[in-house]
Amino acid sequence: MSVPLVAEAALAVMSVAFAMATVRLLRGPRLADRVMALDLAGVTVAGMIAAMALLHNQPVQVDVGLAVALVAFVGTIAFARFIEKGEER
Amino acid sequence: MNSLILRTGATFVMPLLLVFSVFLLIRGHHLPGGGFAGGLVAAASLTLYGLVNGMGAAKAVLRASPEIWIAGGLGLAVLSGVPGLVLRGSFLAPIWGTLGGVKVGTPLAFDLGVYLLVIGVVLTMVFALSEEGQA
Repeated sequence: MSVPLVAEAALAVMSVAFAMATVRLLRGPRLADRVMALDLAGVTVAGMIAAMALLHNQPVQVDVGLAVALVAFVGTIAFARFIEKGEER
Repeated sequence: MNSLILRTGATFVMPLLLVFSVFLLIRGHHLPGGGFAGGLVAAASLTLYGLVNGMGAAKAVLRASPEIWIAGGLGLAVLSGVPGLVLRGSFLAPIWGTLGGVKVGTPLAFDLGVYLLVIGVVLTMVFALSEEGQA
């Protein structure tokens, strides 16, 4: 299989994952479900950017995905702390 | 927040974020990145440190209050324009020199000012929000 084909297949699969995460984000009965969905969406976006970098042959774009992944991690932790604090009260 | 997983994870991720922020800051002259993006990533790293060890510890790491960082960054950015005004007659005109084989100049000082400014601004917001949660 050629590299563009693999990248396109990965993008297609990750689009499905992103759509499912969006559904969970909108429906998610509890706040924790929504936070998990947002984290999944963030990681999926990082993967999509990496696949796009491969597709466009632009190594610079990989760093964008790295930034998204690292900052999404901090965001998820902030949300987790927020939930934990809400339960204490 | 007291979680072993978070504590261990943050030990790896926080230095990684700081190194990445400096990388973004320095690369920003020719490629995507720069003081703003670098400062945001550095602020995220310090926020992570604050979430794990308490915001008081993050304030101790900063040494000065975020307002001082804002003032210092803004001052450095403004001062980086002065050499251009004096030597070329135009404010913020770039002046380049070589330091130990590396090309440095006033645009780097400007970017560094933006970097410090963004760290100060973001952490001001983060500290204000965390105090609101405790009250």
